[in-house]
Amino acid sequence: MDQADDCGPNVGGLCMHMADALLSPAVGGIMWAASAAAVARSSRKIQQELDGNRIPLMGMLAAFVFTAQMINFSIPGTGSSGHLGGGLLLAILLGPDAALLATASVLVIQALFFADGGLLALGCNIFNLGFLPAFVAYPLVFRPLATGKAGQLPRALAVLLGAVVGLQLGAFGVVVETVLSGRTALTFRAFLLAMQPIHLAIGLVEGVVTLSLLAFLQKARLELPRPTEQADTAGRATVALGLLTLLLGGWVAWYASKHPDGLEWAIQRVTGQSELQGTASGWHGRLARVQATTAVLPDYQFKGSQEGSRAVTSLSGVMGGAMTLVLVAGAGWILHLRKRRA
Amino acid sequence: MVNLGDRFRDLGRMDALGSQESTLHRLDPRAKVLVTAAFALVVSSFGRYEVSGLLPFALFPVSLAILGEVPWGYLLKRIGLALPFMLVLGALNPVLDREVLLHVGPLAITGGWLSSFSMVLKLVLTVASAVVLVATTGVDGVCQALERLGLPQVFVVQIGFLHRYTFVLAEEAVRMLRARELRSNGHGLTHREFGPLAGHLLLRTWDRAQRIHQAMLARGFDGNFHMLRRSSFGPRDLLFLFAWCAIFLLLRIVNFPMLMGSLVSGGG
Repeated sequence: MDQADDCGPNVGGLCMHMADALLSPAVGGIMWAASAAAVARSSRKIQQELDGNRIPLMGMLAAFVFTAQMINFSIPGTGSSGHLGGGLLLAILLGPDAALLATASVLVIQALFFADGGLLALGCNIFNLGFLPAFVAYPLVFRPLATGKAGQLPRALAVLLGAVVGLQLGAFGVVVETVLSGRTALTFRAFLLAMQPIHLAIGLVEGVVTLSLLAFLQKARLELPRPTEQADTAGRATVALGLLTLLLGGWVAWYASKHPDGLEWAIQRVTGQSELQGTASGWHGRLARVQATTAVLPDYQFKGSQEGSRAVTSLSGVMGGAMTLVLVAGAGWILHLRKRRA
Repeated sequence: MVNLGDRFRDLGRMDALGSQESTLHRLDPRAKVLVTAAFALVVSSFGRYEVSGLLPFALFPVSLAILGEVPWGYLLKRIGLALPFMLVLGALNPVLDREVLLHVGPLAITGGWLSSFSMVLKLVLTVASAVVLVATTGVDGVCQALERLGLPQVFVVQIGFLHRYTFVLAEEAVRMLRARELRSNGHGLTHREFGPLAGHLLLRTWDRAQRIHQAMLARGFDGNFHMLRRSSFGPRDLLFLFAWCAIFLLLRIVNFPMLMGSLVSGGG
């Protein structure tokens, strides 16, 4: 989502960045915890096997993917353009643990420098674009299928399929996280039907480009330090956990799509009432009463209530909003003047 | 097509801004990272149809941008680059959600317009706060803060390497693309050419990365980036952290725009 044409004619992995504005704190927080756990686990493993040559390799390949993502190429017969995503490429060249760290570092830099996604969405993005390709698509799709030698058909198909599965899972992650957060009017079904087919095309492009890069590296006989083999067998628990999360997420989303807000629905299921109730007396009650008289939309309660009073309410909302902006600008001006004088 | 050179100049500009001197730059990076995280959390906690309650939160990026001397043009450009995606997604809401929720004079406002406005507003706020964070702290500062807040050291070093190698790689990439463009007589890059082009980029950079790494080892690199500005968390940082968190909480609980509006218009 870093440039205008990214989600239009230009297809590519960046399209899948989750954004802070689409997330609720609960979904963002859970995904942060999941990604932090995965990054911590992979970091521990990398630290243990610490091989002097692999650290600069990780940094260099991450920088390569970061740069290559910005080089667009045209796709014949479609009039659109695409770019490399790099998730599967990193997993093949580095192994899943190092690939997760490399992808996560790219996402951190993108979030910090280009404000792609945002800080809260970082957890979602690391999970969708880092964890799913490296710990699900790579060990469960690519490795079992990649039997032949490099350059032969079975291996090529494994790369294609691995890229497609990785991007489908990532897109599904975006759909689930967005719907659970309940910030857009899109339903689970509509969003799913929009996202998965687009990412089928993106996945195929990703597979073809990954394949051509691997073929080039083989032709050039570049000797990159190999990842140790045990690195990808020990990840089973993580893979199982990831898949479980995904299934659970999908199931919850299926129900949540029938309800306006996933979190509210979850609260309702857990507590048996539709809203968390604070004590009516004391500070909480007083603040709640203040808020009830001041909020524009106290929980959308005035849907279809009396017209007259509502018109007044919303007019005061617009006026108050304008005054707030003037006040913020005024505060900024005062700060500016004080800074000048200092 | 994104101009690769432009994007990397932006990267360098961000670094330059991050190494300026101001009251804000001198604060401990941890305080700034935590406050920015709290900001993102509070802003995203607003419901789908909330607009007025979000407006006062502009105070945070605006005042920090002024105190930290972040150029306005730069900040607006960054927001502008992130905006189109959210505008496309937000444009769907008015079509999907047509229930009228508000009347402003003769104007009927549907839930879809409210929710898409709310999304765009949240995007502007969160993007602005992230840009201000890096422009007043620098990537090294943010990394240092993350490490001291418990991020694994290998991962922090990885981010540091990525940040440094990116500049090495960008020079090579820009040179290669310019050379190709000059010889291609206006033809665009195809997916067939991308493999060899990117492959060559990888080969060249791998060579340079190895040389750089050897040089770093020869100078005693031990897997750690050592910082000159290693600050400690003092009373000023604590004050900064708690004051902003208190402000966020207050703005979250009390809807000031509505309060002021109803005082002026006399309605409730």
